[in-house]
Amino acid sequence: MKFTYYPGCSLESSAKEYNLSAQSVCRGLGIELLELEDWSCCGATSAHNTNRLLAELLPARNLFIAQRMGYDIAVPCSACYSRLKKTDYVLRNNEEKRREIEQALGFKFDGSVQVYHLLEALTVKFGTANIAAQVKKPLAGLKAACYYGCLIVRPPEVTGFARPENPMIMDGLVNALGAEARPWSYKTDCCSSNQGLVNAGIARRVVDRILGMAAEAGADAVVTACPLCQTALEMRRSPDITIPVFYFTELIGIALDLPARKDWFVKHLVDPGPLLQNLSLAG
Amino acid sequence: MSAAAECTTLSGLNGFAREVGEKSGQSIQLCYQCQKCAAGCPMGEFTDYYPNQILRLIQFGRKEEVLKSKGIWLCFSCETCGARCPNDINIAEVMDTLREMALAEKVPPGIKNAPIFHQAFLNSVKNRGRVHETLMMMNYKLKSGDLFSDLDVGLKMFQKGKLPILSRSIKNKGEVKKIFHRASGK
Repeated sequence: MKFTYYPGCSLESSAKEYNLSAQSVCRGLGIELLELEDWSCCGATSAHNTNRLLAELLPARNLFIAQRMGYDIAVPCSACYSRLKKTDYVLRNNEEKRREIEQALGFKFDGSVQVYHLLEALTVKFGTANIAAQVKKPLAGLKAACYYGCLIVRPPEVTGFARPENPMIMDGLVNALGAEARPWSYKTDCCSSNQGLVNAGIARRVVDRILGMAAEAGADAVVTACPLCQTALEMRRSPDITIPVFYFTELIGIALDLPARKDWFVKHLVDPGPLLQNLSLAG
Repeated sequence: MSAAAECTTLSGLNGFAREVGEKSGQSIQLCYQCQKCAAGCPMGEFTDYYPNQILRLIQFGRKEEVLKSKGIWLCFSCETCGARCPNDINIAEVMDTLREMALAEKVPPGIKNAPIFHQAFLNSVKNRGRVHETLMMMNYKLKSGDLFSDLDVGLKMFQKGKLPILSRSIKNKGEVKKIFHRASGK
């Protein structure tokens, strides 16, 4: 199976371990990721908060590169995914806007490639059962709260995400890896990442509430599918909270027993080492 | 036409409500204050107006209060409000439209540093084609005057190689610059 891969800016800096684990895991599973040639920033929150045309043109450039390369796109960052998916939706459903975007970028949209979040690419397209079949080191004893955040699920008419109020695909994956996904009610509550730098006090209240609910649900770790969520949950918490936050790709990497995982966990701001050692999963 | 019926049509709206409705593509007049948006809003405890109150102010034509509000800049853009709206009003689209209007009309932002952050972010994209997170944050700190927050965690991230000084910019920077020119109408 082959995808074009749009890492996005965070995966080159604050979320390096997500990039490393995503690439290692895909290689391990036999999925080929072709990095989008000369990809540019999707514009993220700042574009759509200030200039809506910019928020469509920046992602469209990347959609056109993927179209030229000829493979469906896998996007690990939920914010990038949201911008690419929304622009793809506009190009498919709004003829007037499609013409405007095509004319601005000098490209014809043919709708031949689909945009997937990496979580969907792995669990739905490749298949959770096919991942489970390759598990070498089941994550026995790990109790995890699967945190989906906002932009992978909403707006549901654009993402087409199943069960947007109580999504289950990450829970299904985590269970298939041998861990226990705990039921909880904060799966799709916002981490307030876009307020982190500007209103750090608000971000701390929001993050502490999410982590507190994960602990109350009996989880020893939180699992994310977004570099902005993961960074907010580590960086914006009160210092006395110690629950680690994993990328879902890191959990797959442990279960596949990939030796490269040591390079991922040292990058975390909240050390997951003690939990992994307790569960004999440190490798 | 009865007042209630008039309220649900675009023609019955004041100028501001009509403008927001047209620019956002959303039927703001349909909001009947069920407050499902407010109940799920993560900025609820911090904001001056809940999403339903913003919509009501728009319906009443209270432009200045809306564009000066903290709420439009505190919005997390999480899209919970629109996903739960029984009238299918995409409130995130409305919020994007309001911020765009506030900037165009140079209304002082209810959260001073929010547009400064967006500007620092987009300048980085415009210059390099990608965000240089390290330089972007330094630029934001200088422009906002908020120099001393996050220094401890910033240092930790730097030590872990998560705030690299060197980062790749793209080859076709001209293409991205062209997009910025086009979007700014120049």
